Parts: sequence; structure tokens; C-alpha cells
Amino acid sequence: MSLLNQSLSTLQTLLDKKEIKPTDLLEESLAAISRVDGQVRAFLTVDEEGARAAAAGLDRELESGNGARGPLFGLPAGIKDNISTEGLRTTCASRFLENFVPVYDATVMNRLKAAQSVTVGKLNMDEFAMGSSNENSAFFATRNPWNPEYVPGGSSGGSAAAVAAGEVYFALGSDTGGSIRQPAAYCGVVGLKPTYGLVSRYGLVAFASSLDQIGPLAKNVEDAAHVLQAIAGYDPMDSTSANVAIPDYRQALTGDIRGLRIAVPREYMGEGVAEEVRARVQEALRVFESLGAVVEEVSMPHTEYATAAYYIIACCEASSNLSRFDGVRYGRRAEAGSLEELYVKSRNEGFGKEVKRRIMLGTFALSSGYFDAYYLKAQRVRTLVKRDFEQVFEKYDLIAGPTTPTTAFRLGEKTDDPLTMYLNDILTIPVNLAGVPAISVPCGFSGGLPVGLQLIGKPFGEAELLRAAHAYQQSTDHHLKRPQLAGEGGDAR
Amino acid sequence: MSMANSVFEIVIGLEVHVELQTKTKIFCGCATGFGAEPNTQTCPICLGHPGTLPVLNRQAVEYALKAAMALNCEIGSVSRFDRKNYFYPDLPKAYQISQFDHPIGVNGYIDIEVDGKTKRIGIHRLHLEEDAGKLTHEPDGSLVDLNRTGTPLIEIVSEPDLRSPEEAVAYLEKLKAIMEYCGVSDVKMEQGSLRCDANISIRPVGETKLGTKTELKNMNSFRAVLRGLQYEAARQIDVVESGGKIVQETRRWDEAQGKTISMRSKEEAQDYRYFPDPDLVVVEIDEAWKERVRASIPELPDARKARYVSEYGLTPYDAGVLTSSVKLSDLFEDTLKHTDDAKAAANWLMTDLLGYLNQNGLELSDVKLTGQGLGEMISLIANGTISGKIAKTVFKEMLETGKPPKTIVEEQGLVQISDEGAILEVVDRVIAANPQSVADYKAGKEKAIGFLVGQVMRETKGKANPGLVNKLIAERLNS
Repeated sequence: MSLLNQSLSTLQTLLDKKEIKPTDLLEESLAAISRVDGQVRAFLTVDEEGARAAAAGLDRELESGNGARGPLFGLPAGIKDNISTEGLRTTCASRFLENFVPVYDATVMNRLKAAQSVTVGKLNMDEFAMGSSNENSAFFATRNPWNPEYVPGGSSGGSAAAVAAGEVYFALGSDTGGSIRQPAAYCGVVGLKPTYGLVSRYGLVAFASSLDQIGPLAKNVEDAAHVLQAIAGYDPMDSTSANVAIPDYRQALTGDIRGLRIAVPREYMGEGVAEEVRARVQEALRVFESLGAVVEEVSMPHTEYATAAYYIIACCEASSNLSRFDGVRYGRRAEAGSLEELYVKSRNEGFGKEVKRRIMLGTFALSSGYFDAYYLKAQRVRTLVKRDFEQVFEKYDLIAGPTTPTTAFRLGEKTDDPLTMYLNDILTIPVNLAGVPAISVPCGFSGGLPVGLQLIGKPFGEAELLRAAHAYQQSTDHHLKRPQLAGEGGDAR
Repeated sequence: MSMANSVFEIVIGLEVHVELQTKTKIFCGCATGFGAEPNTQTCPICLGHPGTLPVLNRQAVEYALKAAMALNCEIGSVSRFDRKNYFYPDLPKAYQISQFDHPIGVNGYIDIEVDGKTKRIGIHRLHLEEDAGKLTHEPDGSLVDLNRTGTPLIEIVSEPDLRSPEEAVAYLEKLKAIMEYCGVSDVKMEQGSLRCDANISIRPVGETKLGTKTELKNMNSFRAVLRGLQYEAARQIDVVESGGKIVQETRRWDEAQGKTISMRSKEEAQDYRYFPDPDLVVVEIDEAWKERVRASIPELPDARKARYVSEYGLTPYDAGVLTSSVKLSDLFEDTLKHTDDAKAAANWLMTDLLGYLNQNGLELSDVKLTGQGLGEMISLIANGTISGKIAKTVFKEMLETGKPPKTIVEEQGLVQISDEGAILEVVDRVIAANPQSVADYKAGKEKAIGFLVGQVMRETKGKANPGLVNKLIAERLNS
């Protein structure tokens, strides 16, 4: 078995005994990438040189045996390509930033460095995190490791696929309306979107600032908890970062969820949710009951309005956030005879169709005369959605349901119909509007493709969320299944 | 061209931008100094690099609060930042972080003097925002300097209460003085830390509705504000008098041509798509903070002026001149620590100091005069050590070298001659040498004595005590 499939505690023991060193882990990762990434296409940039140098540094540290090891010591990590990495190309999967090399590290990168993981490279995504299939990458579409005819989900599709395909030990993604959880569900891995403000956004190229959160994708809940531990916490560089005490998430994984009260909104299990997805989620709920949790149905009446409100708010913010890509200082710069032409041509050449669509939607919604009807109204809906959550959390500890209405769809199936594409996120979007944490964990298969169970927690209730998800994984084996890639044993490229 | 007349009334409102003198920028840690090499005071945040976020500089809020309170504004309990979206190469994020519907202060006022009477000018709002960078246009392209990007600014919008270009300048001067007193800005128009745009319209006298306004930009000095507004008022009156209509537009004052030129019409105006900046949190301004800031506001020009009149018996005019600048006023107060003669101190500062500065195109900070020096010099005159005439020389020397007056007097041998015997000797010599003047005086031409006094002063190189010289000549001639 690959080292990358071992549990963290096993790796710790092997490292303690000096039976393995960080370079061994990295070389397994690089070997997996060269073996399967021709098929999966999760990576936009593989930083072999930088990663080898970092791993060699850790090797020496291990050898000298000085001091405590970081909590993620030597673990090969993949980073979504909208997270700023100093000296390492960060494209947001956009032509606009095709050759953009940041001059600074995102706060999460500094934290990963402190935790001593090894960054292997940058992962594919939908351009500027706008999309649910990775087909909006300006460079190429990542494939679902369970079936390359299918999408891995998005926008953190590269992050989910790289973890599922065993190319990295864990990955970072970002989640604005489901962009960590939906691909995690489609690829059969764990994806956690933390409470808004728990993880610093400094260095995350903004899509929708009031919704974006960085979070971990990993094979199992325990690994996700370790990564979250390393990246969570107050950052003075991010004004929206919460100054709260960070509990020990690893200690929270007790396996004991007796008496836990779980609410299942009927709106999450109704029309549009595929029969088999519903069945897998029901099975999961029965597991929770068998572990001593109480599962009850509730109503969250404003769920149906969340998607519309989300697309207005997200597009409004995006239209402003993406204005800085103007061709003047960095990124794509078109040949132009005038200033206006410089703006128009650079942006026209640099942005893909979906990005343009959302910029136009947001620009329109913020325009004089429309602002109240769109932006303000959407903010009011957001308040109502948030209230739905608050009311449920008065009586319940967690909310459960499917992460997505269906399993992964075929490449090209929805690219011509943005509205159907948007509906992929109806079950994940309300969570971002409310700012609460949520996790997607594998809960079985349908037609050979993974199904995701979504658990939603109270604000800053990550410990409880992780405990429940972990307890579930202790009693099930869905998360232990690995895709068999055709590329394994041969180059599919 | 005709000026404002009995038929038309001029209506002016000013939008003034004041750069706050915080050490660092409003949303990042970069320095704010003026005159650095282009693009050296920048970082990924103020350059708008992808993924960067703003963090509010509390000092900037504190200065804005101080300014708003000094302008008698109402201060809310929360303030919020919004994005003003537009594309321009000097604006790296393509939006300016500003304030739209929750500014720092609203409904304030400034009192100005108009024809000896106090007039209250309303302040509509005061908000905090970040400055943009600077463009330099060269024949082969334009250059961008982003050092200034992110410098904290307050924008102060007056009500349309000003009725002449002169009132506008008086308002601007008073506003500048208040900002200077508060220590929130160095308010230098020539360096752009004080900038002024104006909205101006005309209407028939007696009309209460506002006429169509034009917005006037690029007035880079007090003189430019005055001339620009005078020109624009006259232009509008001409347009209306010749049967035309005022077009709502933005016009630029061209200093060299001495006229205003149309920049863009209302139809071309931008839609800024303001919305709350999701990267920043609401600023809560509690009573304790307000009280702390309020307590830090020093005595302001109006209060000082009133005190100078009541305490030192200065005329309102003199008190107004002395308090028009905090540096001048502080110098006056420093002087009074070393002399009791407030009127003499006021005269030296207003006539000799300001005259010298004007003549040489200098600012107060360019000269080395201290309050202690001036106070001691006034004492030297009072105790007869030097004459008022000699003092002029001493004063000039103090301005240029900053030396104490006693040192100057000693080094240059300027001590007044008050020895009657020594003066009498010169008097006798002068009388002997000028029989004609003596005859004139005796024939009733009293003025002739002045000539003789002048001769004595010349012979003594100005050091003779003029009172004694007068007395001794009169005694000799009348004996």
C-alpha cells in the first residue's frame, strides 16, 4: 500500500522510527502524479524542484532529530490554484493569470509551512472558482478518478481529484457556494468548509469575499481535522477573520455521538434529489441512529430562495473583485492603442465565458436603479436563510442531508446550460450564505460514482461536526474505497 | 465679462479632500511620506495584488473623528466602508474604498467672517476614504506612481451655503486652519494634501430653487479657487444673460489660460455601483472613544481669536490674522511667555514677520524665529537696550540665524547709546554743520528738526536712543 494511503498515526510512527523520511512521501506523490495525472489532470503546476528541496530540508531535520516536528510534517500537499504561493505560479485557471507568479504567500501557506507539509504543486479548478465541474478551467478539464468520462465537480475539482487519485496526502480548496464539498462528494473524499472567518482569506484570490472560505480535502475526517488544526485561527491580515479560541479538533474525535441531535430538512431530501442519493443518505442516517444520535425531520423554508440570492450576491462581489484584472500592472496585457482598448481587450482575452457572464450579472445587479431590487433584496433573503439555520440550531446540534442532488455528471453534459449547472449547488449554497461550517463525507456509491453526505454545524462548531463525521467513518468503510485508475500501470495520456 | 450683480446670486458648495498625516496608509503598513521615488512606498496590498485584503488603520479613523468633531459634525455609533467602482490606471483595485451611506460625520458647520459678520456654513458630510495614485503623462505614454495610493483622505462636503468666490476662499482658509489646529493634516495645497473641487450655480436674486450647477476641478491654490470661481460665475451669468442655458457638466480650471474648460457632461457621468466592502467590518464608535477623541481636540481658531480679543485686547482683525494659522498663533503664545506686551508681539508678527515671509515667498517653517527670541527682543526695546529701529535689524537676523537677540546685539555692537554726554557731542556737531536747518526751524519749520535727528542717527549708525536725540536737539535749538 502506498504510504499516502496510510493513516497519519502510522506515518508518525514510521517517521519516529526513521523508517521513512519526507522525501519518501514526496517521491510517492510525484510517482503517483506521473502515473495517473495524465488521466486525472488535477495539476496545473507540479513544483518538483521546490518540493524536493523542501522535503530534503525536512529529511535533514528528521535526521538531526532536533526539536518538535510540525503536525503535518512531510505530508505532500496540493494547493488549489487560487491560493497565493510566493514564487510559484498561481493562475486561478485563467488565461488572465497564465504566467502570474505571486510575490507573497497566503496566510494558509505560511501556516502549512509552519506545520511542515510539503507543497507538491497547484491544482486545477474552475476559472476564478466559478463553476461546478472544472470544465471552466481555461487550460483543461480535470477528470473524475472514479470514471474519467465524468466531471470531478468544482470548483475545487483538482483538489478533490488529486486526493481521490492518491496523488497527494491532502489538498486545500476554497468554498464559496459548495466548491469544496461538491467535488469532495463527487470524488468520494472528505471536504470541509469551515465557518466563515475561521480560516484566513488573506492570499485567497477573491471570488465572493463574504462567502469564500479555504478548507481541507482529505481521504478521511481525521486527516481533515489535522489540516484544519494547522490552518485555522485569527489572522490580523484579514479583517473578517474571527478572533476566537481554536479547540483541539483531533481531541474531539472521540467516536462518541450518543445523544447528538441531528436535523434533516425535508427541503434537502425532496424533489430533484436522485433516488439513490436519497437512499444512501437515509442509510447514513440510520448509522447515526445506531450510534446513539437522534435524527428528526425539520423544515428550512427559505432554502428554495437561497440559490437566487447567492448568485446575485456572489456575482456582485465578483464583478468588483475581478475589476483589478485590468491589464495595467500584472497578468494579461493586450496590445492596445488606447486605455479603454487596453481594458476591453485584456479582459476579453483573459476571461472565459462563465467569468464574463458572472461579471456582467454582478455589474448589472449593482447598477444604479437596480441595486435595491437585486443586491439589497438578496441580502434580505440571506438574513432569512441564516435565520432558518439559527432556528434549527436552537434545538439540534447538526443538520444532515445530501451534499449534492445527484452524483457526478458526464463531461459536457451541462456546459451549455448554466442554470442547470447552478442547481448542482442548491444544497451547499445555504451554508455559505449562513456562514456556518459543513463537511461532506463519502456515504456510498450510485452507479459506480460516490455519493456525499453533508453535515452542517453551528458557527465555529467544527469540533462537533468533525466528531460526528469521524464517528460515522469509524462505523463505515465508504471512505476506504479507492478508484482503480486505468492509467495505473500505464500512461493514459 | 460681468461679475455677480444685483440680478444674479452665486451659489457655491465645496468638496474638500484632506490627506490625513498618519504614519502609514489607511489599509496597509506602507509609509505615507511625500516626495519619495515613484512606487517605493507600495506593497502587495496597496498595489491590489490578487488575494490581498485591507485592514483599517485605526489612527485614520481617529483623525477623521477628530476632524469631524472639530467641524461640529454629528457622529454616528457605526461607520462603514463601501466600494466605489471605476476603472482608472491610478486605482489598482479598480475600486476605491470609500464611504457611501454611513460616513464618519454629518450635519456640521464652520463659522466664517463675511464683511465683519459671522456667517455659518453648513457641512453636509465628512467621510473617510483611500487616495488614488498619480499619473504623469509623457509624450510616449503615461506613468503611474502608486506611492500615494491608500493614503487616508477625508472628504468634506459643504452645503451650498457660500454666496461668492471670496466666501468660498474664507471657508477654505478656515477649514484649513481647523485641520491644522487639530493636527490631522499638514494641509498643503501645493503638495496635494488639501484639494478643493467646487459646485457652482447662479440664480436670479430672490429665487429659492438651485440653478443648474457645474463642477469645477483642478484648482490647486487658494488663488486658483478664487479666480476659477470668479471666472465660472461670470461665465454662467454671461450664458444666461445672452439667452443660453447652463449645462450640467464637469469643468477644469486652466490656470495658464485663466479660464474653465468643459471636461465631461452629466450624461458621461459614471455609475460607481457602490456597495458595502465585504472585506471590511463595520467600525463601531462607542461613547468612550468619542469622548477620548473629543478631549484631544485643542483650542480651535475661533476660540483662540475670542480669547486674544478679551485677554490681550487685540482687535478682532489682528486676532483673526494671528489665529489663521496654528503655527503663527503658537509662536505668538510662545512669545507671550517671555514678554507681557501682547500688542508689540502681535505687531512684530503681523507686520514684520508676515511681511518678510510674503516678500521672500517663504513659509513660517522656513525661518528660525522663536517665541523666546521675539519676547526677549521686545524686552530689550522696552528697557532701552536697543531702539525700535535697531530692533528691525535684530529681528531680521533672528529670522535668518535663530540667534538670541542679546547675542546679535553684542556681536554687532548694536547696544543703544543712552549716554546723554555722548549724544550731545554728536548733536552739537550736527547743529554746527547744518545752519540752514537750524534757521528753518527757528523760522517756524518744525519739520526741520526731523532732518537733524536723522543726521544724528546716521552718525551713530542708528544706535542713539531716538527719544534722547529728539529731546537734546529740541533743548539745544530752543535754548
